Amino acid sequence: MKLHEYQAKQVFADAGIPTPAAELAESVDEVLAVAEEVGYPVAVKAQVQVGGRGKAGGIKLAEGEDEAREAAEDILGMDLKGFHVDRVLVEEAVDFTNELYVGVTMDRGEGKPVTMVSTRGGVNIEEVADEDPDAIVREHVDPAFGMHPYQARKAVYEAGVDRAIANGVASVLQTLYTLWDERDGSDAEINPLMVTADDEVIAADAVMNIDEDALFRRPELAEMEDESASGDELERKADEYGFDYVRLDGDVGIIGNGAGLVMTTLDLVDHYGGSPANFLDVGGGAKADRTANALDMVFSDDNVDSVVFNIFGGITRGDEVANGINQALEQFDEIPKPVVVRLAGTNWEEGLEILNEDLVTVEETLEDAVQRAVEYAEVEA
Amino acid sequence: MSVLVDDDTRVIVQGITGGEGNFHAEQMIEYGTDVVAGAVPGKGGQEVHGVPVYDTVEQAAREEDADASVVFVPPAFAGDAVFEALDAPIDLAVAITEGIPTQDMATVNKRLGEVDTRLIGPNCPGIITPGEAKLGILPGNIFSAGSVGLVSRSGTLTYQVVDTLNDRGMGQTTAIGIGGDPIIGTDFVDALELFEADEDTEAVVMCGEIGGEDEEEAAKYIGEHMDTPVAGFIAGRTAPPGKRMGHAGAIVSGSGTGTAESKIDALNDAGVPVGDTPGEVADHIEDLL
Repeated sequence: MKLHEYQAKQVFADAGIPTPAAELAESVDEVLAVAEEVGYPVAVKAQVQVGGRGKAGGIKLAEGEDEAREAAEDILGMDLKGFHVDRVLVEEAVDFTNELYVGVTMDRGEGKPVTMVSTRGGVNIEEVADEDPDAIVREHVDPAFGMHPYQARKAVYEAGVDRAIANGVASVLQTLYTLWDERDGSDAEINPLMVTADDEVIAADAVMNIDEDALFRRPELAEMEDESASGDELERKADEYGFDYVRLDGDVGIIGNGAGLVMTTLDLVDHYGGSPANFLDVGGGAKADRTANALDMVFSDDNVDSVVFNIFGGITRGDEVANGINQALEQFDEIPKPVVVRLAGTNWEEGLEILNEDLVTVEETLEDAVQRAVEYAEVEA
Repeated sequence: MSVLVDDDTRVIVQGITGGEGNFHAEQMIEYGTDVVAGAVPGKGGQEVHGVPVYDTVEQAAREEDADASVVFVPPAFAGDAVFEALDAPIDLAVAITEGIPTQDMATVNKRLGEVDTRLIGPNCPGIITPGEAKLGILPGNIFSAGSVGLVSRSGTLTYQVVDTLNDRGMGQTTAIGIGGDPIIGTDFVDALELFEADEDTEAVVMCGEIGGEDEEEAAKYIGEHMDTPVAGFIAGRTAPPGKRMGHAGAIVSGSGTGTAESKIDALNDAGVPVGDTPGEVADHIEDLL
C-alpha cells in the first residue's frame, strides 16, 4: 500500500526528518491561501500515486500569485497517467545547492533489508542503478539488530557526501531505516534529499510504501489508505471482491486459480495470437459466489470479447466451480460474452457433469481452451 | 530414492486444530504420510485424527521423535511458528501460510543461517514424494511415482505440469513447491542441488516466474554444476512492469529486473530448454530422458 507524498512527509516529519513547510489544497483559492502562508516561491504538486509527476506536468513552480493560480488551474482536475488530480500539495520551494538520494528496501536476493545513499539525487534512481550501479552505496542491515549508527555514517562517507552535511544525512538515513522497520515498510525513499546553502538537509519528496501483509498490525497506516488511489474502476471493484486482479489492454478475459497458472494462461493467450484483457486469480478453495463474482468482474470490462475460465483443482473443487458458473450464467437471458471452461484436478468429472453446456464451451486441455477463447474473441471483435 | 521426504519422515502439523491444519492433516494421513503429532499452544493433550497434540513443537518433536513440521498457522503468528520449528530443532519445516509480513521473514531468514533446519516456503503448496509422503496441500492423487524431479514457485502451475507429464507416462521422484514470496527458505539452487544428488532423479522440471533473480542464479548453477538435465518454464511473459501478479514476489520492477525474457535467456545460455507451453516442457523432458 502506497502513502501519498503528503502522508509520507507527515510520517517523516513526525519522526524528525526535516520537510518543507507545506499544506494540502483542493481548490485554486486554497492553493493561493496556502502559498501566501508558506511564502513564495512555492511548488504545486499533484497528489497522485504515479512516478514521473514532474515530467507529466503534475508539478509546477510558482514565483508569485499569478503563476500559482495558473499552476493550480492546470493541475487540479487534470488527468495524470490515468489518475484524476483532486488534491495538490503546496510547498515552499527549497533553494538548494545539491540533491541526494536516500532509501531503504528489502533486498530479496539477500533476504535482508538494505539501505542506500547516492549523491545522484533528483533524477530517476532506477536509471542511475542501471547505468552506474556504483553511484549508489548499499549497506545491508541485520534485521535482528537494526541499523547501527556506524553503518549510516559508513554508507554516507562511502557515497562521497560532503563532510559538512555527512552527520545530517546519516541521521536522516538512520531515522528512515527506523521508520521503515517500525512501520513495516516495503520501500522508504527520499529523492531528492535537498542540501541548502547553509548545509541543512531537507526532504523535498517522500515515498513510503507499506507491506500489505502487515497492515493488520499498522492500523494508523491502514486508515491512510486512499480507496480511490487505484486509477482503474475495475481494480477497485476487485479489491472489494478480494481478488488478485490486474487490468490489461487485450480482449480475452482470463479467470483462474493460483497466480502461476493464471500468468501461464495469459502467456498462452498471447502465444496463440490473442491478447489478454486481465489477470484474475480467484484464489484457493473458490466457492460458488466467488466464481460468480469473478465472471461479473470480467463481463463488466467492455474490452472483453471472450472469457477463458481455467481451474486446476487442488483445494478448489471442480463441482463447486461448475455450480458457480451455472448460477452466474443462468441469470442472463443472453450470455454477454462466450465463456470457455476447462476443469482439471479435484472433482473435475463431477464438475463437467454439472456444467450447463448450453451456456459454456467446455475444453479438456488448457491449450485447447485458450485457443478456443482466442478464436471467439476474433469473431466477436 | 527421493528428496527430503519419504515414508520414514515423521511429521508434526503446527496448527492442526485450525480449519486448514485439520483438513490437510487428514488429507496427509490419508495419503500415507506418517503424521505423528500436532502442535498448538494451549491444546496439548487433545487428539486430532488419532494424532496427539502438544503445546510446543519442541515437546512434540521430542516425544514423537519427529523430523519435519508443516506450518498451517495464520499469517500474523506464522513467523513465530516457523521460528519455533527452527529452534525445536527439526530437520525440515514447511510453511504453507500465505501473507506472512516480509519483515518477519527477514528475521526468520537471519535465523535460518544459524541453524541446520531446512525451510520450504512460505506461501507454498509443500512437498510430495509420490506414493510415500506429502507435506502440505498438494492434491496427492494427481502425482505419480517416476524419475522426474520438479521444483516450482507456484502451486496450481505445478499441478498443470505434473498432469502433462503424467499424460506422457512420466512420473515424479519428488515435487517441491518453493513458494511465491520475496523471501523463501529453499530457493531454486537449493532444490536443484538436492535433485542433482538424488540418484533416481533423471531429469528436472523447473517452473519459474517473473520477479527477483532466483531463476538467473539457478541457470548459473545448472551451467556450472549439474549433470542431471533440466527443462524450464517461466510464467509471466506478458506481465506488465510494476504490477504484482498475485504472488508477492511476482513483479517486474520499473527498472526491468525480474523479466521473463532475462530468465529465459539465462536458462537458454546454460543449455536449459524452456517451453512456451506446459506441453512443450513435457516434450523437452521426453527428449532429455
